[in-house]
Amino acid sequence: MADLNANEISGRFSLLRLWRDERGRGILLQVLVLVSVLGFIAYIASNTIDNMQRAGLASGFGFLSDPAFFDINQPLIEYNSQSSFARALLVGLLNTLMVSAAGIVTATVIGFTAGVLRLSDNWLVSRLVTSYVEFTRNVPVLLQIIFWWALFTGLPKVRDSLSIGDAAFLNNRGIRIPGPILEPGIGWVFVALVLGVIAAFFVSRWARKRQEQTGQTFPAGWCGLGLIVVFPVLVYLALGQPLDWDIPHRTRFNFSGGINITPELIALWFALSTYTGAFISEIVRSGILSVTRGQSEAAFALGLRPNLTMRKIILPQALRVIIPPLTSQYLNLTKNSSLAIVIGFQDLVSIGGSILNQAGRSLEVVAIWMVVYLSLSLATSAFMNWYNKRIRLVER
Amino acid sequence: MSDSFFRTKDDMIAQRAAPVSSRGLVGWLRANLFSNIPNTILTLLAIYVLWLSIPSFIDWAIFSGQLVGDDRFACDGHGACWAWLDQRMGQFLYGFYPQAETWRVNLAFFLLFPALAPWLMDNVPGERYLRWFSVAYPFIVSYLLVGGFFLEPVSTDKLGGFSLNLVVGLAGIVLSLPVGIVLALGRQSRLPLIRWFSIIFIEVVRGVPLITLLFVSNIILPIFLPPDVALDSVIRVIVMVTAFASAYMAEVIRGGLQAIPQGQYEAAQAMGLSYWKSMRLIILPQALKISIPGIVNTFIGLFKDTTLVIVIGLFDILGIANAMVSNPDWLGLSSETYVVVALFFFAVCFSMSRYSMRLERKLDTDRR
Repeated sequence: MADLNANEISGRFSLLRLWRDERGRGILLQVLVLVSVLGFIAYIASNTIDNMQRAGLASGFGFLSDPAFFDINQPLIEYNSQSSFARALLVGLLNTLMVSAAGIVTATVIGFTAGVLRLSDNWLVSRLVTSYVEFTRNVPVLLQIIFWWALFTGLPKVRDSLSIGDAAFLNNRGIRIPGPILEPGIGWVFVALVLGVIAAFFVSRWARKRQEQTGQTFPAGWCGLGLIVVFPVLVYLALGQPLDWDIPHRTRFNFSGGINITPELIALWFALSTYTGAFISEIVRSGILSVTRGQSEAAFALGLRPNLTMRKIILPQALRVIIPPLTSQYLNLTKNSSLAIVIGFQDLVSIGGSILNQAGRSLEVVAIWMVVYLSLSLATSAFMNWYNKRIRLVER
Repeated sequence: MSDSFFRTKDDMIAQRAAPVSSRGLVGWLRANLFSNIPNTILTLLAIYVLWLSIPSFIDWAIFSGQLVGDDRFACDGHGACWAWLDQRMGQFLYGFYPQAETWRVNLAFFLLFPALAPWLMDNVPGERYLRWFSVAYPFIVSYLLVGGFFLEPVSTDKLGGFSLNLVVGLAGIVLSLPVGIVLALGRQSRLPLIRWFSIIFIEVVRGVPLITLLFVSNIILPIFLPPDVALDSVIRVIVMVTAFASAYMAEVIRGGLQAIPQGQYEAAQAMGLSYWKSMRLIILPQALKISIPGIVNTFIGLFKDTTLVIVIGLFDILGIANAMVSNPDWLGLSSETYVVVALFFFAVCFSMSRYSMRLERKLDTDRR
């Protein structure tokens, strides 16, 4: 009787019946979420419109073509204070990409070296590397950036520059290194390099195919080395060495010639590399440890040499574990490069901040930041998904 | 008998100790430091690096260091100048909190231990009451720090130094775990709208640097809100740090959820448990257990990220250090200052990571 009663009630209250039914509940919940999210957005939008009208702020991205009226230290592309905001942002983006790319390369080298060394059976070395990793990982990267920056700007003045082999000079304005002077004909060396890489790729593909079919091996590694290194070097020599170095030399108050790298850039690059390198070393270590001992023993039993075992058995399996977190570390490094604003290195966020102060277009600038960083990260995720699919263990 | 093929016990060769070269200190050195040529080179290199760095560091920090003085001119400039420790430590710990009221910050800090104890340790006496106490703890701390009602009110922008890092970090940790769990469940949900909102939130927040989110809280929020609504800056930071960390947390927990075999979900359903019950009793306990290392790593990252508040003008310990280093009285003491600040963070983060390793071993019940 009671059941019937309940049914009757739920028949009358259709909302209650909707709640009792699992699918109905799902729909109800989603409608609630949708309504609240849309309401929230509408609330923000109306507030924003009100506030902007009250303050008399303009909106839209038209301001990007206005002249920026601020200077940028050492832009990678042509830029002066009359250039547009858009160009200033481009300079910032290029700076971000440059320091990220440089950081990624060095962090990878540091990380792989430290990861392998930490597994070494040398007690002293593994302890030393462990203390580096633990200390770097447990201290905020912002603190490390500021620390290195303070250290590099605290170097001797230009007058008492530290000389490195009379070719590079270290002082509180950064490091001045020899710059390359490209002479006509250097283009052919680059062409040779590109051709060498392409040829090496095809040779290694052909060698692999032949080995799979006939079992005969071909020294593809040496051949590739010859194509990529020796061939361009030969072209370089044949063309009469079309590359010269512009070595910095002292003038009265400063140096002339060469390229000056600012302390901000060095500090940022150094801090990001060592910080991310510590994380990468942990990833590498756990990747190598994840390959079971049986794998290398089986490889030895098959008669593979240690070198070949590492290359053909351990590394491919370890990389499957290493690559996904590795890419997320690369992404972290790119995002952490935005901390440059604290030491005054002009990256995307820092220049965006200047524009924010100059033009007062906070919404637009923040939107640009988000779009740029989001597309970087989505591109990386897309690559990751593709790579994961490619290397996924095929189980029969 | 004596020319038996088998040796008897009598003509066995007497047992000898292992050669000197493979036992004791020498053996250890040979095995661990000088086993082959590359190893020897590495060892010598490491010893050289240590020889270069350690003695000079100790000399700089301790033997030539100077502990007392009113400003940097009291130091002779050879070793480290620690004179500021005595003068400025209060600021490093409490920021601009009124000196007479710092006991409240101290009390809040010491109350943290009984509040954490029932969650971190087993067999704490009075565990039930302590759990209630830890639920009340956030309110007690807010009351202690902000004041009002018998205590002298202190504005939150007086809060600074390491206590600001601790407040923002702890609030972020406490809030980001539940938000992260909800987001992770939302991402796994069968309801498409909820799933999509969760995915969008997680990916957007993970895709941008925290610094841009903090700028949003500082510059954009006033545009988004009615003019008469002004959020406290510390609360804004806590909200943003929590949002940021919970997106990472959600991904960590999703990893744990995906590692739970499908059979567990099905078994829970077969037992007639509702969605929330099956999550609470069956799935989440296992998923959270697997994700402990990731969760603690997120906590550590969050705590380190609290230093970013300096970009929006709050003075945490790093902000105070920056201000002091550029103060004429203490100009150029950057190494000393930043090393001390680094030690603060290292102490907290390192103990967190060690604790998580212990917890991992303790909870690793299936592989004993």
